Amino acid sequence: MSLNEWVSLVLTGLGAFFFFAGTVGLLRFPDVYTRLHALTKADGLGIGLMVMGLALQATSGMVVLKLLVIWLLVMFSSATACHLVARAARRAGVQPWRRP
Amino acid sequence: MTLAVDWFDLVLAVLVPFLAWRVLATEDLFRAIVLFIVFGLLLALVWVRLQALDVALAEAAIGAGLTGALFLSALGRLQRAAHSQAAASQTVTTTVPTHQIAELVSPSSVAGTGLTLVCTAVAIALGWAVLSLPTHESGLTEQVQSALPQSGVTNPVTAVLLNFRGYDTLLEIGVLLLAVCGVWSLGRVHVERSDLQPTATSPVLQVFVQFFAPVMILVGGYLLWIGASAPGGAFQGGAVIAALAVILLLSRKDITLEQRSSWLRMTLVLGFVVFLAVALGVIGIGNRFLEYPTTWAGSLILVIETALTVSIATILAVLFASSLPPYASAESTPSVQEQHE
Repeated sequence: MSLNEWVSLVLTGLGAFFFFAGTVGLLRFPDVYTRLHALTKADGLGIGLMVMGLALQATSGMVVLKLLVIWLLVMFSSATACHLVARAARRAGVQPWRRP
Repeated sequence: MTLAVDWFDLVLAVLVPFLAWRVLATEDLFRAIVLFIVFGLLLALVWVRLQALDVALAEAAIGAGLTGALFLSALGRLQRAAHSQAAASQTVTTTVPTHQIAELVSPSSVAGTGLTLVCTAVAIALGWAVLSLPTHESGLTEQVQSALPQSGVTNPVTAVLLNFRGYDTLLEIGVLLLAVCGVWSLGRVHVERSDLQPTATSPVLQVFVQFFAPVMILVGGYLLWIGASAPGGAFQGGAVIAALAVILLLSRKDITLEQRSSWLRMTLVLGFVVFLAVALGVIGIGNRFLEYPTTWAGSLILVIETALTVSIATILAVLFASSLPPYASAESTPSVQEQHE
């Protein structure tokens, strides 16, 4: 495999690792706010790394542009969704977890 | 490379039935709806693996997105009704009376045993039918490919949907209109004024809509245009624009889709009317019903698909809007009480 493919593999694998880490955070953290924090940040980083890894394997410049647009749209919508869920939880009266 | 793809297929084949079981077996309705949305997305991936990209786009947009939004809206209404009817000491968890269903289908009861036997027999018959299909049959691909130059488009799915089997699509859009009539005939919901949310919507959501509105209109229009030569089409483009309408309705409290608006009603029936007009109009040239003249087929299909996109977007948006209660600022006209209260 060429250097291009190796770097692409490493970046995509790192992105998958960050997705996995975000899911572990989702399962392990005590309340909705910490889970949102872990999930959104880790998923954002994960998708950025994956997009970089896939862009290295792209066949043309248009594909790279499409991947960047997808990355931008996902970042925007995941941040908005995180804010809306946290806002709804706050409105519903969910208190942040305190160390007992 | 193919080994990884085989593992991916295996994971999908295990996950999809498992998720389907979890959706039905979960007692918490909110969790079931979220699992249903995930199920829709995985099903879209299944369609991609089966190389049915148009269906995958429609499944992701309508099956996972819009249906999930409809379910969540209905759940919010159920919870609101439970809140207003429940006493202070009662709990308001939205659980399904699963114990009643479980009693019916448990193997110990006679009805349960009968149901199990019938389902097993049907499953065995379906499995035998699927396994007895020839493995490398190409189906109708050759006939479609040979007739494709006469259809006016180069995407075989669009050719089948809008030309060869245009009758089915015409009836589909009629069914969608019937669905809107059914939903609207349930009357407008009478909501207690104390239930209406007095707070403003999130400014983040409003900025989100301001940024995404032109993007989604562009994507919807692109899907409509590209449907002639690549996966896409009227349903997919209409679903994307309907999703835009859904977030618009969620982000602003002063927008409602008034049933009495004649503009709204004309937009709803536009797709059906244009399709029917083209289908009947070709009779005037001497062809049969829905038989487009070959030189005009591409343009006619584009016109029909544009009208269909507008109509489908409006229909789906109206179906979602009908599940939202009117907000405090917008509700000033008298409303009809729901029949089952």
